[in-house]
Amino acid sequence: MADGLPARPRVGLFATCLVDLFRPVIGFASAKLLEDAGCEVVVPPQTCCGQPAFNSGDRNTARDLALQVMDAFQGCDYIVAPSGSCGGMIAKHYPELFDEPQLANRARDFASRTHELISFLTDVLGVTAVDAQFDGRVTYHDSCSGLRELGVQKQPRRLLASVRGLELVEMAESDVCCGFGGTFAVKYGEISDAIVTKKTAHVEAAGAPVLLAGDLGCLMNMAGKLSRQGSRMDVRHVAEVLAGLTDEPPIGATREKRS
Amino acid sequence: MSLHPTTPEFKQNAHVALHDAELQKALGHVQGGFIYKRQSAVDRLPEFEVLRDSARDLKDHVLAHLDLYLEMYEARVRASGGHIHFARNANEANKIIVDICKAHDAKTVTKGKSMVSEEIGLNDAIEAAGMKAVETDLGEYIIQLRHETPSHIIAPAVHLTKEQVEREFRREHTHLPKDRDLSQPVQLLTEARGVLREKFLAADVGITGANFLIAETGTSIIVTNEGNGDLTQSLPKVHVVIASIEKIVPTLEDASLLMRVLARSATGQDMSVYTTLSTGPRRAEDPDGPAHYHVVLVDNGRSSMLGGEFEDMLRCIRCGACMNHCPVYHAVGGHAYGWVYPGPMGAVLTPSLIGVDKGGHLPNASTFCGRCESVCPVKIPLPKLMRHWREREFERHLTPAVQRFGLGVWAYFARRPALYRPLTSLAMKALSLLAGEKGRFAKLPLASGWTQYRDLPAPSGQTFQSQWRARQKERSR
Repeated sequence: MADGLPARPRVGLFATCLVDLFRPVIGFASAKLLEDAGCEVVVPPQTCCGQPAFNSGDRNTARDLALQVMDAFQGCDYIVAPSGSCGGMIAKHYPELFDEPQLANRARDFASRTHELISFLTDVLGVTAVDAQFDGRVTYHDSCSGLRELGVQKQPRRLLASVRGLELVEMAESDVCCGFGGTFAVKYGEISDAIVTKKTAHVEAAGAPVLLAGDLGCLMNMAGKLSRQGSRMDVRHVAEVLAGLTDEPPIGATREKRS
Repeated sequence: MSLHPTTPEFKQNAHVALHDAELQKALGHVQGGFIYKRQSAVDRLPEFEVLRDSARDLKDHVLAHLDLYLEMYEARVRASGGHIHFARNANEANKIIVDICKAHDAKTVTKGKSMVSEEIGLNDAIEAAGMKAVETDLGEYIIQLRHETPSHIIAPAVHLTKEQVEREFRREHTHLPKDRDLSQPVQLLTEARGVLREKFLAADVGITGANFLIAETGTSIIVTNEGNGDLTQSLPKVHVVIASIEKIVPTLEDASLLMRVLARSATGQDMSVYTTLSTGPRRAEDPDGPAHYHVVLVDNGRSSMLGGEFEDMLRCIRCGACMNHCPVYHAVGGHAYGWVYPGPMGAVLTPSLIGVDKGGHLPNASTFCGRCESVCPVKIPLPKLMRHWREREFERHLTPAVQRFGLGVWAYFARRPALYRPLTSLAMKALSLLAGEKGRFAKLPLASGWTQYRDLPAPSGQTFQSQWRARQKERSR
């Protein structure tokens, strides 16, 4: 573990609303990675970081939700999200929401302790390898907020390289948007569709049967397009593979009959 | 040139663009060439990132002292024997220029590429006054033949394939042999060069834009790759420079700083082929140049952006890097944006200039992927400024009612965790059961905006929070 950290940092896991609602395994994978790295993980009651309101121009709601999140995560040394998008919202945009000096200070402090999961493991905790196995080739999409707001690019690749049996093959234009963009995907569905269609062509051309990324919104967009196109590509959050939690069927994939 | 924006029909425009096979073929070139060339140019200049900071700071300095530098520039232009005119809006600018042309009995007016002249609809004003306006930039010449607006701020005809250009030239240049070979780009270029040469020689007035106006010398600078600007401004007896007020920089040294980032960001060149400086009319000892020199400075809404939340947009040096890197621009091209300025810079500037009630789609039609901001040579926070427009729309209740309602319902529950958790827990269980073993929805009521184009992966079943709490209970037993 890197210097200057509490012996067992208390990490508040901000699961994100999509992970909470659609794919809990990503939350458990995040918790496992954090615990394996020596953290105490807590999951305070939570709803949403407020980004949909912020990006829709509704600052008041965004402020209310930011205050709610900051209250809920009091007492945590760090706040970690398995998403560059929600992580970026807190780390980069919460301070913009408050003009009042006291609240702005509080938001800045909170933001400075908030991280995207994978970069937190590597850059803050100093993790260089994970104890996991995954046989086969995977390709990785760089989600925009993580990449451009938080500089998440090398970190997931570094940890994936430590997974036994895994081979990472890069797709063309892995750093280009998948067309999700939150409400954009629905407000401008036809344009979003054109963008994701280009993305899935690059994904398929990479020659790996598995697509990974660090944001569930982008993953649901790409997985939904791939399955609509009849692709057999498996789509997963990168944390699932790094934590070795891959029993759950891939995102949007056919599930086994429950007996 | 259209002064009547089709921006309110952005969605329909985009639909048409997405189904235009020739346009989609042409747009393929934007996605490859520009991006690769810019990156190579940036990689060759280690101090590029530092220059971006300096360029941003320089433009901020100018905007903070714009009145001072405008007055300094005005004095230098007059001292060099030129005339200077201030136009508050498009109508005033058009009238000033038409009056100059009339005063010199102009019949033909040549034009170098100028986005602000597109913004004010100058060609229409000149034609309405009974004179002929001829665009001399190759791309501008092509779209003028087609009665189109530019679809890109530095590559106005980038939406066309060379086959389309060939068809246009055959239709227009009827004085040339019908069986001539125009299959190669160089043949198209040679033909345009021949046709335009006659126009240059016949022109009574030449109008150019300006990339920079230098306050310390009263000089205007244009950068081009075709040399058309030089012929436009040096052959006719009258040269009119039209520029918007934010083009001012204090010194020649400052202009050179901006030039170091401009061409690299735009086309990936270290410098444009021609960098042309003009200061006042021809002096007695000059071998050539215009007898009369006018500068028309256009405000058209810019001074009202000063000091406000959109001031950063006035740093823009019109390189086009933002649109070259924009996935939305790549998908629909420039015309879908419906007015003069497309792409991310247009998404911020258009609502400022034509009103957010008309331009409101543009700042919404962004995924906020942030690639535009990451390549902007003057570091304009484009996504942030687009978000500011969304805030203005939300305040003025311009946000579509369905979206506002949906946001309201979501916000109600998101603010109430005690209600949100049991409710979402139930809903996710129900959705999971509904999806069954398929694991996804091809159709779902209220989600057609999503499922029209892609499947919706089904939720696993229980929410993370409920499972986590169950696990914690288990552990503490």
